[in-house]
Amino acid sequence: MAEKEEVKLLGIWASPFSRRIEMALKLKGIAYDYVEESLDNKSPLLLALNPIHKKVPVLVHNGKAILESHVVLEYIDETWKHNPILPQDPYDRSKARFFAKLVDEQIFNAGFVSMTKAEQQGREDLAEQTRELITYLEKELVGKDFLGGKSVGFLDLVAGSMIPFCLERGWEGMGLQVITDDKFPEYKRWVKNLEKVESVTDCIPPKEKHIEHMNFMVGRFRSS
Amino acid sequence: MAQNDTVKLIGSWSSPFALRARVALHLKSVKYEYLDEPDVLKSKSELLLKSNPIHKKVPVLIHGDVSICESLNIVQYVDEAWTSDPSILPSLPYDRAIARFWSLYVDDKIFASLDAVAGAKDDGERMAAAGKLMECLAILEDVFQKSSKGLGFFGGENIGFLDIACGTILGPVSVIEAFSGVKFLREETTPGLIQWAEKFRAHEAVKPYMPTVEEFVAFAKKKFNVE
Repeated sequence: MAEKEEVKLLGIWASPFSRRIEMALKLKGIAYDYVEESLDNKSPLLLALNPIHKKVPVLVHNGKAILESHVVLEYIDETWKHNPILPQDPYDRSKARFFAKLVDEQIFNAGFVSMTKAEQQGREDLAEQTRELITYLEKELVGKDFLGGKSVGFLDLVAGSMIPFCLERGWEGMGLQVITDDKFPEYKRWVKNLEKVESVTDCIPPKEKHIEHMNFMVGRFRSS
Repeated sequence: MAQNDTVKLIGSWSSPFALRARVALHLKSVKYEYLDEPDVLKSKSELLLKSNPIHKKVPVLIHGDVSICESLNIVQYVDEAWTSDPSILPSLPYDRAIARFWSLYVDDKIFASLDAVAGAKDDGERMAAAGKLMECLAILEDVFQKSSKGLGFFGGENIGFLDIACGTILGPVSVIEAFSGVKFLREETTPGLIQWAEKFRAHEAVKPYMPTVEEFVAFAKKKFNVE
């Protein structure tokens, strides 16, 4: 008799890091219990499972905790091998990992800070830095439906949860035009493709509430 | 990429990150041409700028006509592209997740706290940064005890991904210890790491490429213009 799988995800509704895990679980058809955490009031469970970083997402699988979103995505892919999210070829895998880090480090930092600058010039400078970085993804998308090729993959989940379904909401809230149609046609096409994938759209934060939340986070950052 | 395509590694003698790539390539017995960037912070070669245009950093692995950047990425690539033994990453998904998690911790927290100690502007800052570094190493000691299960390496009996990730802090730690006169790896607080460090340095895949403590200290003295 197969052992009953116990899969639990601790996440935050507005976090791109936990949303991408929901997308992966959905893509693989894995049933899981979801625990909504709060930024300001972290549960004893979260603090016990992730004492080092105290952050979401945390995936608990049969009692074992897996932390850090990229690590969780790879764990999911290696444990449930159907509908693979990482490419097969070692070089393609290394590219996916490389760009995923670029998204979560450089693009996220520049993108978020671009919203928090008090002066318009500061915001524009960082927006331009962010555009330069997103150009690398634009180039990767030429001739492809998704960053993962024909279907949604690891990098689509990372970049999708972060850029169109998080940073863009923040920019909209700030009235910042960052990713324009004329300079980013491949990116725009990619987002339209993502919007046709149920496992993605079912797992994105509701737009208006998200914009409000991003405005709140920017305000909090500015006053800290 | 065919296994027989040419392999080149752009690295730098003193770079802990380049060391990771060299250890991985040695473990897999990969023949490669090593290209040293002698003064990588000040002057970068055409090839480096071409093969890592985004970050312009070492190490870069060039395999046939593709380049792979970022040291931990390179180690995973080497493990996946050359499938012969030994395996660098553990075989079970959970063990792989643990190894990956802690290697990210080394890069995010430990290197940051090493930089904070080295870059501290006054005694107060230095003490605070040193305290943080001690905390990080205590955590790493705990990880070692759990991961090694009484054997010599983070990977157990054999050197593995987490050993390669962690081994690279040894050079910078030894430099800080030499300059500050403070021991950060100590018998009383990090007994496991002390023994592991010796084994790691002596390993045949590490020894040819890792500068000795004396060489590191001499290099740092020259770099920071200190006597």
